[in-house]
Amino acid sequence: MAIYIVKRFFMMIATILIIATLTFFLMHSIPGSPFDEERTSNPTIQANLEKYYKLDQPTHIQYLYYLKAIVTFDFGPSIKKPNESVNTQLARGFPISAELGIVSILVAVLSGITLGTFAALRHNGIIDYGAMTFAVIGISVPNFVLATLLIQQFAVNLQWLPPATWSSPKHMILPTLALATGPTAIIARLTRSSMLEVLTQDYMKMARAKGLSPFRIVFRHALRNALMPIVTIMGTMLAGILTGTFVIERIFAIPGMGKYFVESINNRDYPVIMGSTVFYSAFLVFMLFLVDIVYGFLDPRIKLHRKEGDA
Amino acid sequence: MVSHQPPQAQDDWFKPVAKDAEKAESVVRPSLSYWQDAWRRLRQNKLAMSGLFFLVLLALFAIFAPMLSPHDITTTQYAKQNMPPSSEHWFGTDDKGWDVFTRTWYGARVSLFVGVAAALIDFFIGIIYGGISGYKGGRTDSVMMRIIEVLYGLPHLLVVILLMVIMGSSLTTIIVALTITGWVGMARIVRGQVLQIKNYEFVTASKSFGARTPRIIRRNLLPNTMGPIIVQMTLTVPSAIFAEAFLSFLGLGISAPFASWGVMANDALPVILSGHWWRLFFPAFFISMTMFAFNVLGDGMQDALDPKLRR
Repeated sequence: MAIYIVKRFFMMIATILIIATLTFFLMHSIPGSPFDEERTSNPTIQANLEKYYKLDQPTHIQYLYYLKAIVTFDFGPSIKKPNESVNTQLARGFPISAELGIVSILVAVLSGITLGTFAALRHNGIIDYGAMTFAVIGISVPNFVLATLLIQQFAVNLQWLPPATWSSPKHMILPTLALATGPTAIIARLTRSSMLEVLTQDYMKMARAKGLSPFRIVFRHALRNALMPIVTIMGTMLAGILTGTFVIERIFAIPGMGKYFVESINNRDYPVIMGSTVFYSAFLVFMLFLVDIVYGFLDPRIKLHRKEGDA
Repeated sequence: MVSHQPPQAQDDWFKPVAKDAEKAESVVRPSLSYWQDAWRRLRQNKLAMSGLFFLVLLALFAIFAPMLSPHDITTTQYAKQNMPPSSEHWFGTDDKGWDVFTRTWYGARVSLFVGVAAALIDFFIGIIYGGISGYKGGRTDSVMMRIIEVLYGLPHLLVVILLMVIMGSSLTTIIVALTITGWVGMARIVRGQVLQIKNYEFVTASKSFGARTPRIIRRNLLPNTMGPIIVQMTLTVPSAIFAEAFLSFLGLGISAPFASWGVMANDALPVILSGHWWRLFFPAFFISMTMFAFNVLGDGMQDALDPKLRR
């Protein structure tokens, strides 16, 4: 297990380094500098600006500065908002995004597992069909479409909930719904199919023969085994939620990290793009790392350090 | 007293039925190839068939509707701004006076093209990479799989966004960006399949007859890996369509006058509060329906092509 963790750890560092390098060289392959559009600046100011952002140095020196920025986690000032550092933006946006993301994941995991379990227990019953219809629709409707439909219905037509921003629990309902529906649907489908498989196992008969209560059978014996596939997809699920926050934050005007990221892309604000890309990727890769380790602990059948990538 | 005596067995009870050499050898049911059997089972799946029907219809409309449409969607028509659906404009018009019906089918072209192109490119790269990795095995395989593991850890949509920023938004860019990260899943599936099948007896038999590697790959390995590959392709299409819509929605997709469903939904977002529901409804409806159709078709194919479910 220790070998496995160390191996995964180095893999994680390698992945982050690749992303960081890729980001850097892609950004520098674009002709021109971020100051090209500002016609008013005279050559001296331009030179000073370039010096300030270290753009006058050769590329490999800039790359070293950039690596140092990553290691020390200090991405310097933003280009479009010079009096604000990238760190300030990240520090302001991340807690909000994290709140949205965590609430959505909790909603998705809890409701997805509940739905999937009931669907499996009432296989081919009305709950099963209802849940699976919901699941297919949930997978098919993109989150930005769902978000706009929710605003239209609950904020504009019925006026029950506020259409935008992020200030009270009431404001959180619509964005969370929009973001969590897709993952809920995926988790519900997965839980259902793995529950159905587990329910046919011999140890389920055994549990029933022992006279255990249905509640105990479902929770202790069935669910615990059925949830393994859910853990495996948690990584991709997190990635989905993370990118989902970009659009959801844009639609609901939530001042999270996604908003800064999309803004920085549209403004071509390189320090912010690089800073947030690296931050996002590192965060995500770290989460994948955690998921892998949790999986290794949960499933004793898998000797992960010797595992050849599965199909 | 009546005693119940069992009737005496008589010799003529046990006459052998005349052997009919011809009947014994005759095949009562028509023999079905793998693909015929899969198609037979797919046809019984009503949901998957309606998905297929919808997609065929969509493709026909995408090809022919823009050709037959009398409406000009390249120059702004001030007289016809934001008209609700009517007998002349079936889906209404947008803020440039463009017919939403016609634009929807141009959008269908873009979505289907992106989806199918991404799936095909994934298919070719995945088959070559996964095929080599699985067939060669040993050290080649482990090196190739390590590369895949690192790539798999990359946050895909972030990489795609980054590439879009750098290469500028166009249809080609979207497809390139999607396939650069997308082929990994396909390669893993192909490799897993090849790894499993190459040890089967019929491959050994082929080898013992003196078949060379290209023939084994072509005749033994590829046909037997096709099932999961096709399922994967069917499921790649909706995710590519989603990614295109997502990027267009963030403002990174193709630009006017070319239409894509994501662009149309994005354009409709600011006016959603002013009651022009048709501008959002139609693109959103078709994105969702197309993804729904591909998802149910993919699920149906998965069941139909799974040899374990063969009856």
